[in-house]
Amino acid sequence: MVKTKIMLSKKELLRYHRHLIIPEFGKVGQEKLKQAKVLVIGSGGLGAPMLQYLAAAGVGTIGIVDFDVIEDSNLQRQVLFTTADIGRPKAEVAKDRLLAQNPYINVIVHNTYIDSSNALDIIKDYDLVADGTDNFPTRYLVNDACVILGKTNVYASIFRFEGQASVFNELLPDGTRGPNFRDLFPTPPPPGLVPSCAEGGVIGVLPGILGSIQANEVIKVISGVGDTLCGRLFIFDAADFSTRVLNIKKNEKSPAITELIDYKMFCGIPNGKVVNDKVQEISVEQLKAWLDERRDIQIIDVREPAEYELVNINAELIPKSEFEKHVDKIRKDAEVVLHCRSGIRSADVIEVLQDRYGYTNLYNLEGGILAWADKIDTSMITY
Amino acid sequence: MAQILVPTPLRKFTNNLSKVEVNGGTIVENLKDLAVQFPDLEKYLFSGDEIKGYVKIFLGDNDIDSLNGADTEVNTSDIISIIPAIAGGKN
Repeated sequence: MVKTKIMLSKKELLRYHRHLIIPEFGKVGQEKLKQAKVLVIGSGGLGAPMLQYLAAAGVGTIGIVDFDVIEDSNLQRQVLFTTADIGRPKAEVAKDRLLAQNPYINVIVHNTYIDSSNALDIIKDYDLVADGTDNFPTRYLVNDACVILGKTNVYASIFRFEGQASVFNELLPDGTRGPNFRDLFPTPPPPGLVPSCAEGGVIGVLPGILGSIQANEVIKVISGVGDTLCGRLFIFDAADFSTRVLNIKKNEKSPAITELIDYKMFCGIPNGKVVNDKVQEISVEQLKAWLDERRDIQIIDVREPAEYELVNINAELIPKSEFEKHVDKIRKDAEVVLHCRSGIRSADVIEVLQDRYGYTNLYNLEGGILAWADKIDTSMITY
Repeated sequence: MAQILVPTPLRKFTNNLSKVEVNGGTIVENLKDLAVQFPDLEKYLFSGDEIKGYVKIFLGDNDIDSLNGADTEVNTSDIISIIPAIAGGKN
């Protein structure tokens, strides 16, 4: 397909002057940016800084996929947003900010949850995708959709002090495509093994660093300047300031990706619920009923003290990080309900208590304190 | 002794150590030694004697799948990395 030549106005030439005077980038590189259509999936920790730099750099069309609204706990790292934005849709607010930053670009909002039913439709009109999503099912979905549609997928991911970045499925000079996410990670880890940032935390600057690296890789892929991270995985540990670049190769044994699948099922999370067959669950409604009938039960909160201080349901606090020192406090003569934020950490604790200490009277609170706030006490804050 | 670099999500099983010295002639032997030192890692790294599919191992800068897999020879000066898939944000 022949694209119409994009002309830069005098005002744009002035704005992008610092790009234009880089010999290997120049006016041609800037015109390529203006002509490009980039889809950023997720406008949170990674997406927000990435969007700011892509907009500033003059990427002509930027799509944003995000269905979330801005929460207080986002603001520790998502510097695109302010306190006044809490409760507003991220993608809409991001669009306003980006257009204020650079009126010479076009921003398209997809305020929707991306899944197998709409991913191909959303992605097909863009030249390349930048994955700033926050969960395994969506990462496999975005990867597979990019492979099917022949789009480059600029990837980054973060946890606590550690970040990873790569460029997947890039078109190589010989016409083939570089390795993709499944060549690196053919199968997802079991639910619960790798905590999310919501469960395990992330240092606020880290997504700024990795999101900026993603923006830089997007600009390199579009302009053709430099060597991208195609075939390489960049790993950064902000705690000890170590960096590594590992080689990724195509896995010839990987099955061909020809259609989208049920990615929650693939990641062991059917119906959005983590399956742990060994753990009995109790709903928040059932727990409320037990409390109302004054049943003799013990309720244990396994979150960290700072989370407990933020919001709690008057349970005993025994953090997961040290529960094995306090096993003697956990009753065996009554039903014991354990909970955390969303139900993952408490399920892990129950599994250990059952396997190692012989407990048979434990229940995991389905959905954790988030479900309690959603269904029982809607005045409670969530995070 | 070779060294294994332990990624953040698995440090809860290694007393928060990010580097562990291990013994063994091959990748699988070194990982087995790591699991002997930190038994809680066993079920995350192995199904029986096989390294689990979601555990990515690099020797130096290279994926062991592009070398000789679990039987790749390891020298005492080598660095082995366990690379986890991490997803970020939510559950």
